[in-house]
Amino acid sequence: MSIFVDKNTRLLVQGITGKEGQFHARQCIDYGTNVVAGVTPGKGGQKMDDVPVFNTVKEAVEQTGANCSMIFVPPAFAADAIMEATDAGVDLIIAITEGIPVMDMMKVKNYMEGSASRLIGPNCPGIITPGQCKIGIMPGPIHKPGGPIGVVSRSGTLTYEVVHQLTLQGIGQTTCIGIGGDPVNGTNFIDCLDAFEKDPETTGIVMVGEIGGTAEEEASEFITQHVTKPVVGFIAGLTAPPGRRMGHAGAIISGSSGTAQGKVAAMKEGGIHVCENLGTLGELCAEVF
Amino acid sequence: MKIHEYQAKGLFKTYKIPIPDGTVAFNPEEARQSAEKLGRFPVVIKAQIHAGGRGKGGGVKLAGSIEDVSNIAGDIIGMNLVTHQTGPEGRIVRKVLVEQGLNIAKELYLSIIPDRATAKVVIMVSEAGGMDIEAVAAETPEKIIKVYIDPLVGIQPYHCRQAAFGLKLPSAAMKPFVSMLAKLYRLFMEYDCSLVEINPLVITAEQTVIALDAKIDFDDNALYRHKDILEYRDMDEEDPLEVEASKFNLNYIKLDGNVGNMVNGAGLAMATMDIIKLAGADPANFLDVGGGASAEMVENGFRIMLSDENVKGILINIFGGILRCDVLAKGVVSAAEKTGISVPVVVRMEGTNVEEGRKILADSGLNLITAADMKDAAQKVAQFVADK
Repeated sequence: MSIFVDKNTRLLVQGITGKEGQFHARQCIDYGTNVVAGVTPGKGGQKMDDVPVFNTVKEAVEQTGANCSMIFVPPAFAADAIMEATDAGVDLIIAITEGIPVMDMMKVKNYMEGSASRLIGPNCPGIITPGQCKIGIMPGPIHKPGGPIGVVSRSGTLTYEVVHQLTLQGIGQTTCIGIGGDPVNGTNFIDCLDAFEKDPETTGIVMVGEIGGTAEEEASEFITQHVTKPVVGFIAGLTAPPGRRMGHAGAIISGSSGTAQGKVAAMKEGGIHVCENLGTLGELCAEVF
Repeated sequence: MKIHEYQAKGLFKTYKIPIPDGTVAFNPEEARQSAEKLGRFPVVIKAQIHAGGRGKGGGVKLAGSIEDVSNIAGDIIGMNLVTHQTGPEGRIVRKVLVEQGLNIAKELYLSIIPDRATAKVVIMVSEAGGMDIEAVAAETPEKIIKVYIDPLVGIQPYHCRQAAFGLKLPSAAMKPFVSMLAKLYRLFMEYDCSLVEINPLVITAEQTVIALDAKIDFDDNALYRHKDILEYRDMDEEDPLEVEASKFNLNYIKLDGNVGNMVNGAGLAMATMDIIKLAGADPANFLDVGGGASAEMVENGFRIMLSDENVKGILINIFGGILRCDVLAKGVVSAAEKTGISVPVVVRMEGTNVEEGRKILADSGLNLITAADMKDAAQKVAQFVADK
C-alpha cells in the first residue's frame, strides 16, 4: 500500500514539450511511471517519444483516462494550468512550478474548494511511491521500496537528504511527499499525516518542516489527537534571521511567528521525536522505528 | 520587494487615498524648499529607509520654522539610523520626506495581508494605532479586528462596515474611511502586495481620515507583471553582495558568521546553516544555488562567498537531483582556478553522478577537503575555522 499514488496511477504531464517537462517526463517513465498523455496548447496531435500530446487537459483525460497531472508550466501560466486540470476532473494535481505569485495561488485555492481534485505543491519536488510510481523531480535511486515509513516535507533537496539517510539505515519508504515551500499550497501536513495514519503498510512517519507560517504547529496538534504511529520530526532554519525570506517564499519569520524554536517546542509537546541535528536523523529513525 | 514611505505614498496618491501634503528631499536645501511650498508649520521631517522604528531611533522630527527644517534635515540626512529593524549596524539615511504636520484627534492601525492558512485576504484594524502592533497582538489580541475576504469575490461594503464599526469611528469619519479602505484593497490586489500597512492612520480634528504613514511590500514572484514597481528599487538599501548575487539568479543572504556555505535547495541550505552552528561555528551566509544551477552559477556563488572578508572557511553541500554533481564539481574547479582558494573548502556531495563529481574534484589537484556526510562536513569546516 501507499498513499495518493501507486502503480495504477495514470499520469499526464502539462508542459510536456518544454525543456524541464520533457526531461522529467522521461525520468518518470524510466522509473516505471505510467505516463499516458502530455498537454501543450498548440501541439496537439504530436508525440513526445511514445506519449500522445493534446491541446487541452479535458481532451487528454477523455482519450487516455489520465487521473493525475504533473505540472511543469512556467509560473505566469501555472495557476491557469492547475485550474484547467481541476475543471477536467483530474483527481490528483502535482504542481512542480516554482515562483507562482501568491495572489494566483490564493485564487486557485479558493477555486478548488469543493472540487474533488487534490493539489500537491506548488514549488515542490512531487510524490513518489518507491518501486511503483515517481511523479516529480526527485532522484529515484535514493529511495528504498517496500515501506514501512512515510515521509512528508516542505522542502526538496532536504527531503532527498532525509530519504537517503533512511535508505542507508535500511529503512524503506511507503510514499514520500514534498508539499512545497510556498505560503499558499494545496495538500498540507495534516492531509498527509491523516493518510499515512490510515495506510496499513505505513508504520511510522518522518515530518520535515521549516520556518514560516504555523503548519508545523497545527500538524503537531493533529498528531497528539489523531496519530498513533511514531513520528520523527525535523525543522530547518534555527539560525535563520527574522524578516528575511530564506529562499522559499513561505520560509520567513515574521515577528514572533514562524520561528524554528516555536515549532520544535510544539512538536515536542505533540509527542514527536524531534531530531535537532540533521546529521543524525537516520540514526534517530533507526532507534524510533 | 520593499519600497520607501514616500514611494508608497506616491502610489496612495494615484489611488486617491488621502495622505499629508509633502515631498521627498535629498539635501537640506531641497527640504527647505519643500517646507516653503507647504507654507505652514509645523512640518515633519521623516528619514526614508527600508526599516521601521524610525521615530524611536531619532529619524522623525518636528520642525517649527524654516531654520529648523534646514537644521533637522541636515542632521538626519547622512546620519546612521539604528532601529530595532536595522540591526546594530544601522542604515545611512540618504533622503527625507518633508510633510505637513496634522491636527491629530485619533491614531488607528490598518493593514492588509494575504493569510496563508485560509488563502483569504485579511484586513486588520485596531484602535491601538501608532504602537507596535506585534505587542498589541500579544498582549491585547481583542483590540485587533480581522476581516477575511475571498480574493475571487473581492471586498464588499459589509467588510468595510465591519472594520469601520469595529474601530468605533465618529460618524463623520465613517464615509471617508470606507471609501479609503476600498481603494486600498484595490491597490493591494492590483499590485500583488504582500503587505500594505498604515500605522498610524489618523482621524484629524477636522474628522478627515489620512494615512500618516505608508508601508508596502510586494510579492517578488509577481514583479514580472509590475514593471513600474521595479523603478522603485533602491540599491542603497540592499547589501552589495546580495545585489551582485541577484544578477546571477543566486539566492544569497549575508549573515554575520565566518563559514561560507553553498547548497542546492532552500530547505537543505537552512539545515546546513543550522548544522554549522551545531558544530560550533557560525554561518556567514545563506546561499541556495537552486535546483537547475549551471557551472557558471556555481562559479559566481563561490566568488561572492569569497568576497565576504569574514569568511574563514567554506562548506559546499550538494544533494544532486536536477543539479548533477559533475556540473557542480566543474563549477567549483573553474571558480577555484580563477579566483584562487584562500580558505579551506570542505565539499560534501551526494546523489546524481556523484562518482563523476568526486573524480573531477580529485583530479583537479586543488586542495579540497571531502566529507563523508553532513555531520562530518560541518565538523571539519568548524575545526578549520576554530584553528585559525
